[in-house]
Amino acid sequence: MTTMTAVDRETGLALYRAMLRVRRFEERCVQLYSAARIRGFLHLYIGEEAVAVGVLPHLRDDDAVVATYREHGQALVRGVPMDSIMAEMFGKVEGCSRGRGGSMHLFDADHRFYGGNGIVGGGLPLAVGLALADRMQGRDRVTVCFFGEGAMAEGEFHESLNLAALWKLPVLFLCENNLYAMGTALERSESETNLPLKAASYEVPAWTVDGMDVLAVNEAAARAVELVRDGGGPVFLEARTYRFRAHSMYDPDRYREKAEIEQWRQRDPILLLGERLTADGLLTDADIEAAEQDITTEIDAAVAFAEAGTDEPVDQLLRFVHTEREQS
Amino acid sequence: MTAAPAPAQQVKTTYREALRAAIRDAMTRDERVFLMGEDVGPYGGGFGVSLGLYEEFGPERIRDTPLSESAFVGAGIGAALGGMRPIVEIMTVNFSMLALDQIVNTAASLLHMSGGQFNVPLVIRMTTGAGRQLAAQHSHSLENWYAHVPGLRVLAPATLEDARGMLWPALLDPDPVVIFEHGSLYNEGGELAADAGDVDIERAAVRRAGDDVTVVTYSGSLPKALEAADQLAADGVAAEVIDLRVLRPLDDAALLASVRRTHRMVVVDEGWRSGSLAGEIAARVTEEAFYDLEVPVARVCSAEVPIPYARHLELAAIPSVERIVAAVREVVHGHG
Repeated sequence: MTTMTAVDRETGLALYRAMLRVRRFEERCVQLYSAARIRGFLHLYIGEEAVAVGVLPHLRDDDAVVATYREHGQALVRGVPMDSIMAEMFGKVEGCSRGRGGSMHLFDADHRFYGGNGIVGGGLPLAVGLALADRMQGRDRVTVCFFGEGAMAEGEFHESLNLAALWKLPVLFLCENNLYAMGTALERSESETNLPLKAASYEVPAWTVDGMDVLAVNEAAARAVELVRDGGGPVFLEARTYRFRAHSMYDPDRYREKAEIEQWRQRDPILLLGERLTADGLLTDADIEAAEQDITTEIDAAVAFAEAGTDEPVDQLLRFVHTEREQS
Repeated sequence: MTAAPAPAQQVKTTYREALRAAIRDAMTRDERVFLMGEDVGPYGGGFGVSLGLYEEFGPERIRDTPLSESAFVGAGIGAALGGMRPIVEIMTVNFSMLALDQIVNTAASLLHMSGGQFNVPLVIRMTTGAGRQLAAQHSHSLENWYAHVPGLRVLAPATLEDARGMLWPALLDPDPVVIFEHGSLYNEGGELAADAGDVDIERAAVRRAGDDVTVVTYSGSLPKALEAADQLAADGVAAEVIDLRVLRPLDDAALLASVRRTHRMVVVDEGWRSGSLAGEIAARVTEEAFYDLEVPVARVCSAEVPIPYARHLELAAIPSVERIVAAVREVVHGHG
């Protein structure tokens, strides 16, 4: 059923490896969670990898990313070092948020990665503001704001879309529609399930892409980022996707039929791309084996880094409540 | 309003005009500064603070927003992160509840949550307080909610000097600052030095010296406390009136220094008594200076009721000069 667009070996392989890297990283996180090395909430992106992988490579280094609490994939693809992400999960001072944030609050100033927001819809106004600063200072930067379809029931979605459209701000609103807001299905929470229609009501160009098809996401994101950078104002892109795992490690997943999950697993974005590339003669077993090995090596190193990490001394507890100013 | 004796030339002004002068000054000093909020533009602000600034600075920098408190406060956070120095005006503290998520969950938390990477140099101004018959959704004093939150600095200018001088240091603060302007003070007039400028945003101020009792207050209750002190002076009671000015972090040292001398304290706070700033101050004084106290700390707070419309009921709900005088007499003279 997939109608993937043409792809060269280099691009195809890069997308494949990027998705596999996110997948294997999170699978390791699950093991570490079971081993009580990682605690708190852990929201997995497994099944949704094509979205971050298809979108983020279109950004420049000086662009910004605002993400949600399900942001391991975005952080990894954006270039936040895996070491520092794993150390963060372990609550270590070497973590990308010095152990203050955990899985839900990954931040990295070097990559203009603004988290990691645990409030559904909470990141949208922030993205609007980042874009406003760019506009007021004459910079042609783009801010990509990821959020789930659940956020579209929040007032922040509507307030932010309106504001961004009104002021023609350079934001790409990237809706990851995985069909469930925690356990509540889209049709049980939205009277209008055509999501681009909501964005279009604010005069924002909006369309839907198959979020399981990384080549389609890649193509749509290229167009969307270009539109935004050209200064025409915000764009809304809905990626239809699915999470194969429960909402978090606490979720017994009672609200979905096993058959439904199985059906979506047939459209696993890694599987789909793998089949396509193999059929086109662009991917061999040796390529996959090499990718797996490289990724395992990287993850092993990240875990070792996190294991060797240090606990921040408790006397540092009150740091970073206020900016530490140099004593003059 | 107290005007410290100053050699400089004095000009007649109002609290509102002093706030406006502060905004104008900041906009002139730093082009990254801009004002954003509901009807701050041609309308001139819900309480007239920004009147004329739109004409002076234009729509980019005096930026009207839709009625979207959460989005425009959040946009202020984002713009601050993006290198601007936004002043966000929220029409009243009651409306700020619609932006509480952005202020508490993001502005106040982001620096810590990101391990020190993302500070938020944002200033939020909002009107607070009762006294204008605006009823229960425009009159509350919820400063204490913000003063509860680590990561925020909370200011309450009650004098012309502070209205004029707090904004720029707040903008220089690398972290979020919330400034409360009391609605009943906007029309307060007086003399201000023509060259009035920055003030500290660290310490409480003694607005009237006295040895018999310490009256601690802030914001719209300051004029009432000073008037009460005048009346008490006529009876031979010398009240020291301390204006908190900074609600977070509290200037404990100033409070303790005064109470260790006067041995008596009355806290006047327009917030509701339960869980109030007055309660926090009483607790701190009890913890640190219990044996210096002759009598328990007394509190004059608002009645525990949504502020009513009818004039007499509204006045009965909030601290008054009479209640302050009565409370001071009670701690000074006891029941006898």
